[in-house]
Amino acid sequence: MLSMDILLVTILAAIGLSIIGIALGLILLGIDRRISARMQARIGPPLRQPFIDLKKLLSKENVIPENAIPSLFNAAPIVALASSIVVLLYLPIGSMMPILGGYGDLILVMYLLAVPALAMVAGGFASGSPYATVGAQREMVSMIAYELPLASIVIAVAWLLYSSGVADPFALTSIVANPIWSLVGPLGVVGLIILLLTFAWVSPAELSKIPFDTPEAETELAGGVLVEYSGKNLGLFTVAQGVKTLVMGGLAVAIFFPWNLSPLFGLTGYVALTVDAAFFFAKVILLMILSVTVIRTGLARFRITHVVTLFWVWLGVAGLFGLSLVILDSVLRGWF
Amino acid sequence: MTLSPSFKRSLWVFHFNTGSCNGCDIEIVATITPRYDPERFGVRLVGSPKHADVLLVTGPVTKKMAPRLRRVYEQMPSPKVVMCIGSCGQSGGVFYDSYNLDGPVDDVIPVDVYVPGCPPRPEAIIYGVVTALTKLERIERGEE
Repeated sequence: MLSMDILLVTILAAIGLSIIGIALGLILLGIDRRISARMQARIGPPLRQPFIDLKKLLSKENVIPENAIPSLFNAAPIVALASSIVVLLYLPIGSMMPILGGYGDLILVMYLLAVPALAMVAGGFASGSPYATVGAQREMVSMIAYELPLASIVIAVAWLLYSSGVADPFALTSIVANPIWSLVGPLGVVGLIILLLTFAWVSPAELSKIPFDTPEAETELAGGVLVEYSGKNLGLFTVAQGVKTLVMGGLAVAIFFPWNLSPLFGLTGYVALTVDAAFFFAKVILLMILSVTVIRTGLARFRITHVVTLFWVWLGVAGLFGLSLVILDSVLRGWF
Repeated sequence: MTLSPSFKRSLWVFHFNTGSCNGCDIEIVATITPRYDPERFGVRLVGSPKHADVLLVTGPVTKKMAPRLRRVYEQMPSPKVVMCIGSCGQSGGVFYDSYNLDGPVDDVIPVDVYVPGCPPRPEAIIYGVVTALTKLERIERGEE
């Protein structure tokens, strides 16, 4: 049983973190656009451009198509935003433990990550446009495609912690407390690097960014699942996209780069929390630049068949190979 | 009520070809190249009229395209501005005596800004966008 005090603190912290998460997610989108512009020898929009876009979208008319299902059509952006914020509450930020950490683990996070995409699928089907329907079907296909490599990463991490005798191997708190690199030998390090690269390719697919933006495909599907959305609803989807970007970066940091600065400098209390949170966001920004911005600026869009082949065959094999290297490593260490 | 500052810095543009010879379309593409980089002012080309604030219309509006142009215009959420790019949309241009025209553009939908030229230079299109902004401001103030 939770006492009222703890419940109140949890709710307040959750609201605070949601606001911070939305702001940082939008800044991440701004950084992404800016860096992409610089890579194309452009000046690019200011960092606060996503905020400006959002403000404009909120002031515009909200068109609901005649042959849409209004309840589902309007609920989809809210569900997408809410579920991405919930994932954020499960992630440890720096040395601050996750607000909802006691209620779920990595498996839950993996399923929650699918909810924003499912909301987009529902919204796409509900908008009653053939473009949106094709987009929603593609979103489903790519969702099915990238789950396999993602699952192999989750299994590898959990198995590694389990075989090292860590209690509660699926909980994000124990994953952060035991950096996975310190649990493996040289063979396992190779396996983990392969898994890290696999994760770097899953992130843009999870965020529907080029080269995996086939569900939105502006030039062929006119915006795909988002084609009928305007005004407030489109704004909510933009915010959800920002929070999701932050969440994917945060998940990568939690699994692969969980180190903090405060033990290094012997900091304690609120100073440590602030420094670690700042370091966490710096890591997220760096990872997102490498795995989203650089890839999306440097490549063209894959066709949907290519997406499936890439994730099921190539990245699926890479993920399983990484997983077996990690397992082999700990088996070999058990012998010697 | 004045136009919110965010509107001025975030114009999303939808481009619609009503039977143009592609000259104006190529100039529009030239306008969004790194040389002019309108994204630094928040201008973005979008794929759906539902996302757009500005409708760029090129071409003299053929009979087939007129109802489609009307539909695309009606799909845009307000406040919105229509820009007519090129001479064809204003007078029919070289196609002025064609049997197949329903245009010019302002016979089909209300046009706010005209950018003449065959085709207009990117600088002219950018100047047209700036004019469109002031027009949007006047609409918001209720002067038009």
